[in-house]
Amino acid sequence: MEEGLKIELGKQGVFVTTIEELYNWGRRSSIWPMQFGLACCAIEMIATTMARYDLARFGAEVFRPSPRQADLMIISGTVTKKMAPQVVRLYNQMAEPKYVIAMGACAISGGPFKQGYNVLKGIDRYIPVDVHIPGCPPRPEALIQAFMTLQKKIDGQNLTGEGRPRHLDAEAQGEFPVPVQGEHDLEPSSNRLVWPLPMKTGIRD
Amino acid sequence: MKTIEEIKAAIEAAVPGAGVEVVPNASPSGQHSLRLEPSHAFEVAKFLRDDAELALDFLSNATGVDWPDKEVTEKVKVKRLVTKTVDGVEQSAEETVEESRKRVEPGCLEVVYHLFSMAKKHGPVVLRMKTVNRTDNVELPSLTPVWRSAELQEREIFDLFGIVFTGHPDLRRLLMWDAFKDHPMRRDYVDPDDYEYEPTAHEQVLARAAAHTAGEQIAGASAGAIPGGGQEGIGGK
Repeated sequence: MEEGLKIELGKQGVFVTTIEELYNWGRRSSIWPMQFGLACCAIEMIATTMARYDLARFGAEVFRPSPRQADLMIISGTVTKKMAPQVVRLYNQMAEPKYVIAMGACAISGGPFKQGYNVLKGIDRYIPVDVHIPGCPPRPEALIQAFMTLQKKIDGQNLTGEGRPRHLDAEAQGEFPVPVQGEHDLEPSSNRLVWPLPMKTGIRD
Repeated sequence: MKTIEEIKAAIEAAVPGAGVEVVPNASPSGQHSLRLEPSHAFEVAKFLRDDAELALDFLSNATGVDWPDKEVTEKVKVKRLVTKTVDGVEQSAEETVEESRKRVEPGCLEVVYHLFSMAKKHGPVVLRMKTVNRTDNVELPSLTPVWRSAELQEREIFDLFGIVFTGHPDLRRLLMWDAFKDHPMRRDYVDPDDYEYEPTAHEQVLARAAAHTAGEQIAGASAGAIPGGGQEGIGGK
């Protein structure tokens, strides 16, 4: 429906909406994050939920201690290779629709530990990430910005056709393989279906 | 507090045949250490803790050191029999010749303990122990039964350096997972090949990138098409 017509009707006391709009409004206004923190970014995440920054304004104050009740996973901190299988397993245990925010330099790329042997170089190697927040750690405002970005993304999702969310697509992949802790590294070292080969190396010949 | 020589004398008086050796430290801190014989280390540790004057009741830090095999080149004077023909007559004479020889000095793993006394407010006393080699004879006595605070630190050393502490109550890997086989803090540890593009390309990063791309091309040729692969990046030419 045309936006102008909708406003005009609204002035006359007639409110019109679509199922899609209503459905997405409901979803985006009650994103329940999973209650788990990995490193120092978690402190900023906790600060975001408290009175000063008040994540409750976005309907996201209910941090669920169980993945079964959560809609959003905030990867708040360094994902070590020891922890990575558990993070992927928790993500698999979440019910659809589910979203991921990778918070901070470590979660999106390994951050200052990128050249280490023990840190995963970004959680997006194994699970699809909806919003990346740079920063070390990002301020609460940045997390709120990410929340709003995610809300916009949910708002823009169509219920049918191409690009519909994963939970409405019977053929979409809902479970992601959990990496195995091998003798030298995680096996495989990335899930090529969600994490394509990164851009070419910066070697200048 | 007693000087390091006095401590050494006290140990030798209390534990006969302890084989304690002073490792001097020439730096301004002058923090000399005592190298213990692994076979007597446990008794020595007990003495250091229980002795009324030393009373080293607190182990603040335990750490590992890796000494890799070292190739040493040294010049040696060798006497050689040289046969010479002088005026048609064969003569053999001894000659001193300088020769440079290479030999491999076998490496070892070392563990360092820092001890303090809470009762006497002094310290640190530094203890060291060396393993026989870096490969199959890497056992050292655990000092956890003497100082409980060594427990997690010895587990960490076991994990990252591969020193096996005999007598440790619970020797498992601490930081890496159980199936992990390597010891990352050793000098010859090879990182897993999970390189990806880094904007801060210094020499080491470039070397890893080159090694990774070489491996990737081989893997790509055998595995065939990878979905989403081959993105052209910003970092290119």
